[in-house]
Amino acid sequence: MYNFDVERPGTVADAAAAMGREDAQALGGGQTLIPTLKQRLASPSVLVSLTGIAEMAGVCTTDDGQVAIGGATTHGAVARDAASLYPGLAGLASHIGDPAVRNRGTIGGSLANNDPSACYPAAALGSGATIITNTRSIAADDYFQGMFTTALEEGEIITEVRFPVPEVSDYQKFVQPASRFALVGVFVAKYAGGVRVAVTGASNDGVFRWSEAEAALSSDFSADAVKGLSLSGDNMISDLHGTGAYRAHLVGVMTGRAVTNAA
Amino acid sequence: MVQVSMTVNGRASSGEVEGRTLLSSFLRDDLSLTGTHVGCDTSQCGACVVHVNGEAIKACTMLAAEADGAEVTTIEGMANADGSLNVIQQAFQDHHGLQCGFCTPGMVMSAAALLKENPEPSETEVRDYLEGNLCRCTGYHNIVKAIMAASGQDVSSIAAE
Repeated sequence: MYNFDVERPGTVADAAAAMGREDAQALGGGQTLIPTLKQRLASPSVLVSLTGIAEMAGVCTTDDGQVAIGGATTHGAVARDAASLYPGLAGLASHIGDPAVRNRGTIGGSLANNDPSACYPAAALGSGATIITNTRSIAADDYFQGMFTTALEEGEIITEVRFPVPEVSDYQKFVQPASRFALVGVFVAKYAGGVRVAVTGASNDGVFRWSEAEAALSSDFSADAVKGLSLSGDNMISDLHGTGAYRAHLVGVMTGRAVTNAA
Repeated sequence: MVQVSMTVNGRASSGEVEGRTLLSSFLRDDLSLTGTHVGCDTSQCGACVVHVNGEAIKACTMLAAEADGAEVTTIEGMANADGSLNVIQQAFQDHHGLQCGFCTPGMVMSAAALLKENPEPSETEVRDYLEGNLCRCTGYHNIVKAIMAASGQDVSSIAAE
């Protein structure tokens, strides 16, 4: 790693100020960023560690019944503390990486990085969550803008994520056996107003909503309802682990499993 | 350089580190606690697992500066007060839970974290919990068996001798 300074602010305001330093980079749990720095794929001059900010950690319910999760909350804490509030989300968090990674990695870090194979983007998009930063609120539908690309501006920090709680939900991940990232992951959430289906791991454009499946499931919430549907593999990730067509097929299979498990 | 202070295995420890110094480097190079092994340095293998404020983490993927003020436990802090092996370490010896021993510190630290949150795990739960700890010798059977035995469960029916 190239060397850098480390700042450990105790408040969001101090973190925002520190992010104003030249070539500053926010550091969540570091489970992606530190390996990236080791490979010298990034060379920030200062890392602003967000994990010591108490006001950014924890899980609670808002007055309007949404589950609010601080940006610096670890996957392990979400798995534990959101289990009764939003089981589908807690279940997803409980299968990210491995236990030691879940004790460091944070929801804000995952959403800010927007890895095309990460789990949390599927939950945020599939729940129609709101990403709250130190300056504004962003709807998940506007937030994800392609592989490793988000609506975040330079220096902007995810302080909280708010999830409307669905009637039922489930996340099914087909793991890439070496990395344990999603080869394909599908998050299905049934709300009074309709069903949302978000897919990670598959598309060259990162996480996306599968609108045909949403329409079919909104009128008939059963695995049979998505059986006849198919996606094109043309814009799917194609690598040694699976072709685009293989991933497209997996999306259908995992969607069916998620529906069965949620129902 | 920044000054860091932490409690390591119950002892106050401090030193000067660079921003980029990893917790694993600080433990090994500054405190000479070389029981924390660095196998892959890419967060995959889990040989470097230590406890920070009671939670298992990969010391190669945390900055020493971030552990400032923390309570850290390494494999050197696991033995009983009289120096004898603790129940998990003894179970690894009794059930041949190691061969070359490189992964063992991380395995023991992960096992201790598991048993703290789940005192009587099933075999499946043990295997799931060890997802981030790689062993290239044993095939895991005897590691799983040792952890089950350390939890006080009957392991006579568990596969592989």
